[in-house]
Amino acid sequence: MLKIKNKFNAERDISGCGLCGIINTKKIKTNGSDIKKCISVEHDRGNGLGGGFAVYGNYPDYAELYAFHIMYDNLSAKSDVEEYIKNNFIIEKEEPIPTFKTSKIYDHPYLHRYFIKPKSDRPDKLFRELGDDDFVVNSVMLINQNYDGAYVFSSGKNMGAFKGVGYPEDIADFYKLEEIEGYMWTAHNRFPTNTPGWWGGAHPFTLLDWSIVHNGEISSYGINKRYLEMYKYNLALKTDTEAITYILDLLIRRHKLPISLALTVLASPFYQKIDKMDSEKKELLTALRQIYGSALLNGPFAIVFGHSNGMVAMNDRIKLRPLVAATMGCFTYVASEEAAIRAVCPSPDMIWSPKAGEPVIVEFEEKNIHQKGGLLGL
Amino acid sequence: MTKSSFSNIQSEYLALIDHNKCVRCKRCIQNCGWGTYSFGGDKILADHSKCVACGRCYTYCPEGAISIVKNPTVLRENANWKEGLIKNIWKQSETGGIVISGMGTTFKYKKYFDHILLDACQVTNPSIDPLREPMELRTYLGKKPSRLDVGIDDNGEPVLKSKMPPQIELQTPFVFGAMSYGSISLNAQKAMALAARALGIVMNTGEGGLHDDLVPFGKNIIVQVASGRFGVHRDYLNSGVAVEIKIGQGAKPGIGGHLPGEKIGADISKTRMIPVGTDAISPAPHHDIYSIEDLRQLIYAVKEATDYEKPVSVKVAAVHNIAAIVSGIVRAGADIVYIDGYTGGTGAAPNIIKDHVGIPIELALAQVDERLRDEGIRNEASIIAAGSIRSSADAVKAIALGADAVAIGTAALVVMGCHVCGKCNTGNCSWGITTQRPELVRRLDPEVYGERLYNLISAWSHEIQEVLGAMGVNSIESLRGSRERLRGVELTDAELKALGIKHAGL
Repeated sequence: MLKIKNKFNAERDISGCGLCGIINTKKIKTNGSDIKKCISVEHDRGNGLGGGFAVYGNYPDYAELYAFHIMYDNLSAKSDVEEYIKNNFIIEKEEPIPTFKTSKIYDHPYLHRYFIKPKSDRPDKLFRELGDDDFVVNSVMLINQNYDGAYVFSSGKNMGAFKGVGYPEDIADFYKLEEIEGYMWTAHNRFPTNTPGWWGGAHPFTLLDWSIVHNGEISSYGINKRYLEMYKYNLALKTDTEAITYILDLLIRRHKLPISLALTVLASPFYQKIDKMDSEKKELLTALRQIYGSALLNGPFAIVFGHSNGMVAMNDRIKLRPLVAATMGCFTYVASEEAAIRAVCPSPDMIWSPKAGEPVIVEFEEKNIHQKGGLLGL
Repeated sequence: MTKSSFSNIQSEYLALIDHNKCVRCKRCIQNCGWGTYSFGGDKILADHSKCVACGRCYTYCPEGAISIVKNPTVLRENANWKEGLIKNIWKQSETGGIVISGMGTTFKYKKYFDHILLDACQVTNPSIDPLREPMELRTYLGKKPSRLDVGIDDNGEPVLKSKMPPQIELQTPFVFGAMSYGSISLNAQKAMALAARALGIVMNTGEGGLHDDLVPFGKNIIVQVASGRFGVHRDYLNSGVAVEIKIGQGAKPGIGGHLPGEKIGADISKTRMIPVGTDAISPAPHHDIYSIEDLRQLIYAVKEATDYEKPVSVKVAAVHNIAAIVSGIVRAGADIVYIDGYTGGTGAAPNIIKDHVGIPIELALAQVDERLRDEGIRNEASIIAAGSIRSSADAVKAIALGADAVAIGTAALVVMGCHVCGKCNTGNCSWGITTQRPELVRRLDPEVYGERLYNLISAWSHEIQEVLGAMGVNSIESLRGSRERLRGVELTDAELKALGIKHAGL
């Protein structure tokens, strides 16, 4: 049987990885061939047990609806989940996700997508007033936790995740990404070390519009998990990436922190640096660490984090994983290896290695790339 | 009834003198606080019955002529009728009293810290070298809001919208546990104050008030309010960085402190604000706290008296229902909860309580942390764990189980020479620690032992940094509550469940 959920006897799913991301700040769309080429250069950073992509801007016709991508182990799981969806959502359209048999991907779950919005008179309204986003988050967690053989792997608006067990270039062929167009792409090549491949465990990990591809093992996972559980997040997948996504969801969506500050939580400056700042900033960052110390991601990571307004790439606070960024016109590229960027953009305007803990923040509309230094004056 | 002229209780130890080595300098006579030694005209004589094996005499014998040995005279061995039980019966039948002693229990209960192993990084995530990379131990104690309240200023920069509640800043996650002036000497308190100031941590006055000499150390002092309210006045409450309400103590849950009148000299009388020579007996409960809502009133009375500028800590002993109790304390408004396990120390406590009441700090701590997280209020208060933290390893494990910081009491006294003889209640401490006899107190030099305390905490902090580095994290907050980095050995399923950790290998 195919594994779409982590049923392995492991408390945590650990993996090394390769990653890359491409964003066009003017929202000019490109198809998936560049990102595929980019990640295929990083072939050796994975071991064929997981590859995936996130694309933004691919569902312009349904931009106001939540696009659920769901994988099923069997058809009875499908009918159970669909009953839940029908009771709680208005379904605008549903269809199988187009896939294309390649010689490399033999087995795969049944992949289906739904363009939906929560009903205004859904049953849970009797008990509480949840916003649509909150309700979608709860629904995703509910399905992933309680419905055996079903797993929601994408739930944002006008974006989608495409992932599975295999090398990313094969996964790209499987979903035929050349035929999909978007203005922002991220990709991931996975090297799990303690669990055989499982479909749900491939990256990107997504929740609403957030998508995360991640390379690293968070050494602070234990406390990050317990911290999130205090806010009722259920870490069903037991992966670091899931923890990062939920932390960002908590900080940005629920606690309304500006993105730059939320990122400071993930890779906070050392006190020796904070102590030298002017009093206002010192007070702010000290408070940030006091309150969100349990959300600090300690240990090696490089992440590329996509959201509806742009993309962020960053490293841990002492840069224990590789990350390179480059710009070329209105394109920004990030990748684990410079060679991956050069493969699709041989002579960029600018190419650099972002400093430890200092995020590269790219936003749409105007060309707007910050190092954190620019934002917080560190 | 006729009085029996002999006692069944034989000397526990023998103080043996090698008269060939002895040069009759009489230092032993001078050093022994117990009166064991006397001069017999041509040689030193020893009254073995007075020896408590405190180690002072042989440490200071210049010729190495003294050895203290356990009295080899045996009681018939009997696993059921152990020696201690038989001797207690004799003692109590001779005196009719409660058996009292100092320090923590001497019973051999399971020490859970010794059954917990730590994790380290290999390959998939790198360890971090603490000799070459920053390794942060700074810890803040106090209430943390659940979220940061930020706004954006005119320049688009994020700014803090509301002030943080008051915090105690510790440069390393240790505090000195509460030991009152009275139970220990002023010099012992001064040694801790000097060390606390140099280390950037805090000491705790205990329930005996604050001596004038310690007032300048206010930034490194937590002042305590216990049921006896000794030495409590407005300036006292405002003289430290925090105020602690003492409800209970690990060594003696459910009962108050007891300082005999003989120890109440002029200085202690002034500090405690009680007449010279009167017994200082703290009531078992606070007589204004008979319920959780009463505690809330006292917490807020203290906050009012200190203008809400100081965190309020509540100290409780670890007892069976500790998780629910601490949850109540947090909801009552405490900013810090200090939990003292059953192996914690004391200046004096009845053995019946010390040896049989309370629960291990490891289990209490794990349950409290879990409970507060379940209720979504773990951020509302910091937790200090105490009750015989014997090493940096114990501290690391306590922090990974969920403590924000640990308190050390006995270990700090051991630094000052304490050999854990357990006779603190007698006031004869040869080391000048748990005594008020001026000739004994003055031998404890606060600067010498302040430096040794500094050394110990520095060394333990370096050891914690080594462990953090091996675990691949560079900040103590990434260890705090991270039980995933702990595994149990030789523990039952029930014990593992109570600790919230997995067995090694899983």
